[in-house]
Amino acid sequence: MNSDQVEFRNVSFRYNDEQPWVLNNVSFSIKSDEWVAIIGHNGSGKSTIAKLINGLIFPDQGEIFVNGIKVTADTVWDVRKQVGMVFQNPDNQFVGTTVKDDVAFGLENRGVERSEMIKRINASLAAVRMSDYIMHEPHRLSGGQKQRVAIAGVLAVQPHLIILDEATAMLDPKGRTEILTTVYDVKQNHQLNLITITHDLNEIIHADRVIVMNNGEIWTETSPRALFMEEEGLREIGLDIPFIAKLANELNKQSLTLTKQPINQKELLDELWTFHLNK
Amino acid sequence: MANSLIIGQYVPTDSLVHRLDPRTKIIIIFLFVIFIFFANNALSYGWLALFAVASALATKIKLKFIARGLTPVWFLIIFTFILHLFVTREGPVLFEIIGLPIYSGAIIQGFAISLRFFLLILVTSLMTLTTTPIEITDAIESLLHPLKKIKFPVHELALMMSISLRFIPTLMQETEKISKAQASRGVDFKTGPIKDRIHAVVPLLVPLFVSAFKRAEELAMAMEARGYQGGEGRTKLRELTIAKLDWIAFLSFSCVLIGLFLLRQ
Repeated sequence: MNSDQVEFRNVSFRYNDEQPWVLNNVSFSIKSDEWVAIIGHNGSGKSTIAKLINGLIFPDQGEIFVNGIKVTADTVWDVRKQVGMVFQNPDNQFVGTTVKDDVAFGLENRGVERSEMIKRINASLAAVRMSDYIMHEPHRLSGGQKQRVAIAGVLAVQPHLIILDEATAMLDPKGRTEILTTVYDVKQNHQLNLITITHDLNEIIHADRVIVMNNGEIWTETSPRALFMEEEGLREIGLDIPFIAKLANELNKQSLTLTKQPINQKELLDELWTFHLNK
Repeated sequence: MANSLIIGQYVPTDSLVHRLDPRTKIIIIFLFVIFIFFANNALSYGWLALFAVASALATKIKLKFIARGLTPVWFLIIFTFILHLFVTREGPVLFEIIGLPIYSGAIIQGFAISLRFFLLILVTSLMTLTTTPIEITDAIESLLHPLKKIKFPVHELALMMSISLRFIPTLMQETEKISKAQASRGVDFKTGPIKDRIHAVVPLLVPLFVSAFKRAEELAMAMEARGYQGGEGRTKLRELTIAKLDWIAFLSFSCVLIGLFLLRQ
């Protein structure tokens, strides 16, 4: 037993024998209470990682451990009790006829008592600020609201690990901000592991660690701040860094050396107005 | 869109009928549908009609709304009446219409059958007017529960029904989107001979089916990820409870049935 929540040991996977490996000899581990972002362009294998953790698919080679349990066909239901997942399409993961019923779905599956269910539904809807919509039907909600309900549904079952698999990819900018702030709040207030899978580098700034995937292999594993310095390399594997990071890199090229790589607008501003003072 | 047909439309009011357990309503209506065939004279028909109208009033839904909703059915009722008028040959001939004799028994039979038809539709539409589809689903699941013993997939059936209900609006929105997309590519849904218009539906249905299957697959994955593994060991958030009100309803309906058997010949 160790403190690693998720561990991949030399995992390889492909959808069938003729096709190339989707994941090729991937190893990494995620510690307790850590927020890890997995990024990569389309087809880099990042979503496959999510499905592997949850036992929706099984590796061809290598082993996966979730909270010390090896993921196999026999343990898959124990693993799923500890892992909550939010998928890309807001509509295709909404099971219930109302918000309340949908949040209840995961609890019903786990055989939670009704009185406890009601308590948890209210608490998790409050956590994503959707309490006012408890009786709403899905077609009366926006994409962002549906995803917030999906997050509430996952929170309600109190998993150790939440995976957001491109949960913002189908949303408009407003919905995207909604989800990112919700996720940030949830992470602040709950003791849990978080894996966010995305291809948008704007979404990784709060993560503790970033795993960059390219062609089924781990390209690099680093902090968001360090990652933004590798603009050239990222461009080669089809990823674009946020504007603030780009600007900072350009300033560096003009020999305006900043003390640290800024991660958001405020940090860049602070760097700039204190620039001469630090000299 | 489906405004003319009220069967399947829920109208929320705060009436006692709305508050009844859906199972109570299903059982009473089921019995009503059976026992209406026991009515055989004016008094017994009148008695059942009284019950139906009283129930309609008790729902607090405007009678005008209910009547308007039944408009498409009027045609059927009148059709049945006319059919019986010419086909039944009982009792003395009263008069002739364009050479066809009309018997007195025919008029009575026509009235009886049309009234029976009308009452059946009125009562069943009261059911859907006062009960949400999801409540009906729950009630069906609960009522069919004994069939589990003979391995009838009751839980799966109920889940299928509730998922269908949940996806109806989603697929409607999708249909609209696809039809606009196809119309903008020049598909004509609205004019031309019937044959062409039916043909125009094909580019609407194909993408709709493709996306419905894709949705189904993703939904199945999401459900599995959320720990769904069949009905075993599942608890339910929505629960049905038979309250005092339901017993009162059953009791009054028994009185209606006793009255029916006293009044019939």
